[in-house]
Amino acid sequence: MIDFRLTETDQAILDRTREEALIARRYAREFDERESEMIPDTLPEAEEFYANAAPLPKPGPEDTPAPVMMALQAMGSYWGDYSVRLKRPMRGGLGNAALGAAGTDEQKEKWGGLLLSMAITEPGCGSDPSRVQTTAVLDEETDEWVINGEKIFVTTGIRADGVVIWATIDKSAGRAGIKSFLIEKGTPGFEVPHKEKKLGIRADDTAAYVFKDCRIPRANLLGLDESIPKKSSGGFRGVMKTFNMTRPLTGAMGLGIAEAALDFTREQLEEAGVVFDHATGPGGLGRLSAAADRFMRLEALFEASKLTVLQCTWMAGQGLPNNMESSICKAHAGSAVRQITQGCIEILGTMGVSCEYLLEKWMRDCRITDIYEGTGEIQRLIIARGLLDYTREDLK
Amino acid sequence: MISFGMSEEQELVRDAMREFAADAIRPIARECDEAGAIPDDFLETAWTLGLTSTQIPEAFGGAGEERAMVTNAILLEELAHGDASLAIAAMAPSLFANAILDQGTDEQKQTYLPLFCGGSFATGSLAASEPGPLADASRPRTRAETKGDSFVLSGRKTMVVFGDRASHFLVTAALGDDLAAFIVPRDASGLRISDPEKKMGLRGLVTTALELERVEVGRDALLGGPEGADVLQILNVSRTALAAVMLGLSRAVLEYCVPYAKDRVAFDEPIAKKQSIAFRLAEMHIEQHATRMLVWRAASLLEHGEDATKAVWQARSYAAEKSMWIADNGVQVLGGHGFIREHPVEMWFRDARTLGVLEGMVAI
Repeated sequence: MIDFRLTETDQAILDRTREEALIARRYAREFDERESEMIPDTLPEAEEFYANAAPLPKPGPEDTPAPVMMALQAMGSYWGDYSVRLKRPMRGGLGNAALGAAGTDEQKEKWGGLLLSMAITEPGCGSDPSRVQTTAVLDEETDEWVINGEKIFVTTGIRADGVVIWATIDKSAGRAGIKSFLIEKGTPGFEVPHKEKKLGIRADDTAAYVFKDCRIPRANLLGLDESIPKKSSGGFRGVMKTFNMTRPLTGAMGLGIAEAALDFTREQLEEAGVVFDHATGPGGLGRLSAAADRFMRLEALFEASKLTVLQCTWMAGQGLPNNMESSICKAHAGSAVRQITQGCIEILGTMGVSCEYLLEKWMRDCRITDIYEGTGEIQRLIIARGLLDYTREDLK
Repeated sequence: MISFGMSEEQELVRDAMREFAADAIRPIARECDEAGAIPDDFLETAWTLGLTSTQIPEAFGGAGEERAMVTNAILLEELAHGDASLAIAAMAPSLFANAILDQGTDEQKQTYLPLFCGGSFATGSLAASEPGPLADASRPRTRAETKGDSFVLSGRKTMVVFGDRASHFLVTAALGDDLAAFIVPRDASGLRISDPEKKMGLRGLVTTALELERVEVGRDALLGGPEGADVLQILNVSRTALAAVMLGLSRAVLEYCVPYAKDRVAFDEPIAKKQSIAFRLAEMHIEQHATRMLVWRAASLLEHGEDATKAVWQARSYAAEKSMWIADNGVQVLGGHGFIREHPVEMWFRDARTLGVLEGMVAI
């Protein structure tokens, strides 16, 4: 049944997320300014908070499905801050997901305990990963791969114990020549030069890696398949499929920030005496101030975006193919969060750009939403192909 | 529990209405637009679908099925995918009937609901829109005064669906500081019904203006009895229904543009292979999908009796903005063909702008 009501259990879980987020937010500005440092995994308040927290009810079949809750909780956490957490959950990085998807049992056994980042993007290749320039050349004498290249925007790159990278074993083979390799930190030739300096999400752990004649054992090729398939891009598609849950979650993260901006702006406007009257009809503009009308539209945009994200995660939970929907919600959210945060600043004026408040930070932080996990343009390309029943070759 | 799953019944309704829209609505849409009228035999065919009577309790002659606003929104999207005017016409009897069903006293239900359970098309209407700049249905300028045992109504209404044939009008008016609605029969003294209005869009659908010059109605004409009714709920139902119509129109534009763009060749390839067109189509697809989510949410909250006013405002205003944007871009994708009446897109463009400023045209 189509339904939009949260159960008591859903609400209790989201209330908890909100309480944690409120504490994390206290540190938001501080860590934004201390960009070069790493955020602690646990804030000083954590111990007392969790000692006093009542146990959360366990969700049952009558409650909102887990993937939808995951999106709502992501929104809730990012509403507090993009990077700071009261207690960082001990979960693997993107590289761990890649290991789980492509590694042999032996490889999973060997590296499963490590925190692994994932490095695909390079200075000269982003949206089109088939242009990967990092090379892996097999040295048959020593049975080693020799890795050379540069990777950027590596999430959890500083904290990670190792990385799964994409490198080509045959540039002439295009996408078919790209393979995943696992490289542990400390391997000679693997340098982590710095944490990237960014427009937003400054506190986040984003690293740049350089590989100079970095030698790794032959068995560090994930899946151990050294063959280059002809024409088929089966492996590549497998990687692309993992985006169908990560894309809506990326949207949810951005929307959490946008919601923070809306909540802050609403509070300020209400204090200033602005009235939001949702009973007005199409002729009701005469009764709304420009600020009220603009704000109410931004709220509608937010709600539309949030629903596309939730619908996409709901489909994932049902095991339904959601290729189109994951691109739709990512594209919608990517654009919505830009309009919302920029619009809130326009409405509030100078206080929107003052570092005394978090609004300017939220605008910077959420700008990444339309870029990573596939830019808005890439999402539209995917949507257009689906809509027009075009292949990759038909529409580039 | 948050869920986006249609029930099996909803899927059946959707499929049946999609078929009806393709077979019985789309083929006559253009001629209705040109003629400024909808043929009676269409209304009779639509009547056999039981769109209104299905949800009227058996005691009043209906089929007694559950009041299901989400299902109604789904079916209205499908009908409007065929054509907005014809969709509104087919659902028009629900405007008056559903308001009585949701808000009427037992006596009012007893009196009026059986009117909509007969064997041939019968309709009442809702008079909520008013003429003049910045007219807002939530604050009508039409006024009701008490006079002894009756009410006296004065004011002007516009865009009243089927004003030419509705047996009764539900007229919204300010009663003191309250928003109230009154049941006014078409032969009431002091009620003047205009000739059909000429409008930019929705030309097939007959609407009229009403002039109420000290129209006197009895105590029992006040919807909901002495306590009055939640008229905002009626407006919310009709606003959500209009959003569903705008959604159906949006999808119609998109689905017309896709094959056109794949077929039309410029500079040696289909224009759909150019990103300027492909991305525009993608954007149209994104926005009609997002609109659907908002419509479902508003309808679902209404169905569960939750406070839906904000959700309805969001669904209606978003649908209005995006359906206009989609229709506008539909014209652009077709270029010159978007401007000539051989293709339906120019009609949808006019319909979209019209729908976006209306109130009280259709109900779910």
